[in-house]
Amino acid sequence: MSLHRLIAVARKEVIQILRDPRSLAIVVLMPVILMFLFGYGINLDLKNTPTYIFDRESSPQSRDLIARFRSSSYFHVAREVDNYAELVAAIDAGRAKLGVVIPPDFSAQLRNGGAVSVQALVDATDDNTGNLILGYTESIVRGYSQGVRVDWLQRQGQLRAAPSVSVESRIWYNEDLESQAFIIPGIVAIVMAVVGAFLTSLTIAREWERGSMEQLISTPVSSLEVMLGKLIPYFVIGLFDTAVCTGMAILWFGVPFRGSLVTLFIGSTLFLTVVMSQGFFISVIAKSQLAASQVALISTFLPAFLLSGFLFSIEQMPRPIQVFTHIIPARYYVTLMKAVFLKGTPSSYLHTELAALGVFAFVLVLLATRSFHKRLE
Amino acid sequence: MPASPQAAIEVQALVKRFPGIVAVDRLTFDVRPGEIFGLVGPDGAGKTTTLRMLAGVMPPDEGTARVAGLDVARDPEGVKHQISYMPQRFGLYEDLTVEENIRFYADLFGVRRREREERAARLLAASGMSEFRDRLAGKLSGGMKQKLGLTCALVHTPRVILLDEPTTGVDPVSRRDFWRILYSLIAEGVTILTSTAYLDEAERCHRVALMHNGRLLMCDTPALLKARLPAEAVVSIVTADPRAARDAVEQAEGVLGLRLAGDQVRLGVDDGPRRIPQLRTRLETAGVPVEEIGMVQPTLEDLFVATVEGRVSAGA
Amino acid sequence: MSNGNDNSVVVEKLVKRFGDFTAVDGISLETRKGEIFGFLGPNGAGKSTTIRMLCGLLKPTAGRAMVAGFDVAREPERVRQNIGYMSQKFSLYNDLRVIENLRLFAGLYSVPLAVTDARIEWALEMASLADRRTAITAELAGGWKQRLALGCAVLHRPPVLFLDEPTSGVDPISRRAFWDLIHHMAEEGVTVFVTTHYMEEAEYCNRLALIYRGRMVALGTPNELKQRHMKGELLFIEAEPLGPALEAVESAPDVLDAAVFGNALHVVVEDAAAMQARLRAYLEARNVRVSAVEPIRPSLEDVFVSLTTGFNGNGKGKAT
Repeated sequence: MSLHRLIAVARKEVIQILRDPRSLAIVVLMPVILMFLFGYGINLDLKNTPTYIFDRESSPQSRDLIARFRSSSYFHVAREVDNYAELVAAIDAGRAKLGVVIPPDFSAQLRNGGAVSVQALVDATDDNTGNLILGYTESIVRGYSQGVRVDWLQRQGQLRAAPSVSVESRIWYNEDLESQAFIIPGIVAIVMAVVGAFLTSLTIAREWERGSMEQLISTPVSSLEVMLGKLIPYFVIGLFDTAVCTGMAILWFGVPFRGSLVTLFIGSTLFLTVVMSQGFFISVIAKSQLAASQVALISTFLPAFLLSGFLFSIEQMPRPIQVFTHIIPARYYVTLMKAVFLKGTPSSYLHTELAALGVFAFVLVLLATRSFHKRLE
Repeated sequence: MPASPQAAIEVQALVKRFPGIVAVDRLTFDVRPGEIFGLVGPDGAGKTTTLRMLAGVMPPDEGTARVAGLDVARDPEGVKHQISYMPQRFGLYEDLTVEENIRFYADLFGVRRREREERAARLLAASGMSEFRDRLAGKLSGGMKQKLGLTCALVHTPRVILLDEPTTGVDPVSRRDFWRILYSLIAEGVTILTSTAYLDEAERCHRVALMHNGRLLMCDTPALLKARLPAEAVVSIVTADPRAARDAVEQAEGVLGLRLAGDQVRLGVDDGPRRIPQLRTRLETAGVPVEEIGMVQPTLEDLFVATVEGRVSAGA
Repeated sequence: MSNGNDNSVVVEKLVKRFGDFTAVDGISLETRKGEIFGFLGPNGAGKSTTIRMLCGLLKPTAGRAMVAGFDVAREPERVRQNIGYMSQKFSLYNDLRVIENLRLFAGLYSVPLAVTDARIEWALEMASLADRRTAITAELAGGWKQRLALGCAVLHRPPVLFLDEPTSGVDPISRRAFWDLIHHMAEEGVTVFVTTHYMEEAEYCNRLALIYRGRMVALGTPNELKQRHMKGELLFIEAEPLGPALEAVESAPDVLDAAVFGNALHVVVEDAAAMQARLRAYLEARNVRVSAVEPIRPSLEDVFVSLTTGFNGNGKGKAT
């Protein structure tokens, strides 16, 4: 392998990147825009959930409980009603997502130390929302008194019987119950998955489209030299973009960073290798830039978004899908990112993730190199 | 015919098939060192496919080809070190400057900086492009792009140069510059194989191979090829009214064939010196203004048509 | 300048500028009915831009042009109804059958329904494709595609036909057959306007305009161009060794230009007859063996080079 030739390929690629204002813009702006879009757009916090309350006792204790609902930014007590039918109707009609019924013997039971329960009706058509409402309500009620239980009734949709583990873990590490902080490290991972693959997906297809490939493959340059020469500039850009996203997460979104930068760097390097090799492979098999960019976006974004565990927890997925997520590289990177940001986990606990990313990196580099032939056909 | 051991390019019964078509059909020829050899034929003759196989970017289906002594099927990468290939869509990077393009190809071929600068200066001067070093390749005229493509192909010293229709669409002045560079390379011992659909450009080559539908029709120097035409003479009548001239002479004795071409009528006759005065008389009688009437050299196109129509036998 | 009769093309000082780039710089010409007129020049010389103006697709910046009696700037729609346009590489839809392409173009050119079938039959006959009407166009060999494209371009029997490099890359036999067709049409009164950069193709035209850098540098029949517009005369010299022969000739007095051509030299001199013997002697005095020295006709390419390199800076075109 000739370093001289590899550098020549890399130098050309750098010049071309610098001279193309559009791709420069993509390189610099795309991650920033995506961070903003997802950072602000995906907000799992349910503020101002419309709530109807049926207070059957109207005692100082029940008023006290109701006051907690009122003062919480997660709930907006729209109305208090005096009959059950209206409560149900409101939920069915969509005017309320939560209905709380306080029993007529509420204060008496509290005084007696017996088991008191409050009824909660929740609209669980969107079961993520439903589960969150479940979580918040439990948290408010428990905060009022450890002795009060919540009896769950569901209107529409499917609720799980118990609050999910992810809700709990969020609450453990995410003291302010700010879902943003919880999500952003995952967003960094998604953004890098998309940007990384997109950057490299165009490079080979572009040479074919412009017609310069035929001459390139007639020179002594080897497939490996072409691949590495083209990927290295994008790799440097990718690391730069990762740094930018991480910086935005910490400085703009205020996500705490409790872990080690070294772990972040190693994990990101491995992940970038994975997605860039993926992009390169797509660029080889899709002969047009248009097709390549579309395939790159879809094949990185969708799995990363849906199956990496960044938004939708893996534990809640059906078992076969859970198994499937083991072959999604983004899954390991998301776990690593969340751990490094929020938990401050030392890298010794992240062996599985780093090893998995390492394996993926190796396999994809091999795939990419083998796929590029210096032949026309 | 056994190939000379000194041949720069040897092609033996080369075959390449694509779905539904045999693009190259048992092609056999060789190119001697230091000559300019032309692969000549219309679109679809198989020229580009042949060049691609010789450049090692497309494997042959059958037959052998050796370039600079190396087998293209067994050692394509080795071949690539010895040659320069300029495809029809040649690899100029429009967003790189002239200088940067040259440097890229020089680096790929391992040319040292001093040698690169010296050769580049010489080639650019020969192309009249010395003051365009810092211009983006995309901003050059068509002829200049072609010359830049050639410069990039020549920045290292290949033993064999493969050119695929390098002067298509180029202005005649640039074409002359181009050929001047090629002839100067021959003096350095380089072998050049070029393809063209222009039959008149074929006359600039030392030897040509006429190709049609993947097969070789014949292979020799242009002069010797034209000498194969049968004894029928070609007479040209240059006139301001070709149609009237045609009407006057088409029934004349000894006229074997006739066609209109621009401002001429071209006739195949059995005996030129005898028929010309007769034709002249006919034209005068008909009142057709004649500027010139005389025998003309047959062209390679005449030969091509005669061969495909069977009046001349094909074969090397 | 006269308006010409209905079947001709009249161009008067036509100019087209794109920003500060002048693509066409004052071209004037007139074609006669039934003439095959060629527009010859390298790519980028301004041919396509001129044709687009003549087809009513681009508005001229200055100057005037009349095609089939209609002003291209004021009545482009009428112009388009009266012209046919054939571009070998781009006209046809490859996934349609022969007959489907013909029907499509009959529709596009608004051929009256009553005569559509008859015209299509005529086009098929002319192109000798009558028994291949259901063939998919992509499967036709090059020569046949052109004939089909030609057929599609003339279904509406236009008086003026524009051909854009109609036979480039086509085998010589198909090319001759095609041009026989064109001559036939010209004889029936159709004016044919051909643009090309192939000198070989240009030889088929009755008259030629040489275009270079937006200007017309010469106008005349191919023969006129070779005789009147060529600076000097051309000598063919076969000599060995060739390299030293070239060097010697280049340094010889009264030699305007010299170039290698295959195994011989082409030398441009003022007076071929006078120079023939002198050059032979000159070369032989320098140990070059001369096997032939004879005058030859210049080619259109020689004319072109002579005209374009004869300019210094702002050369003026030689219009006739």
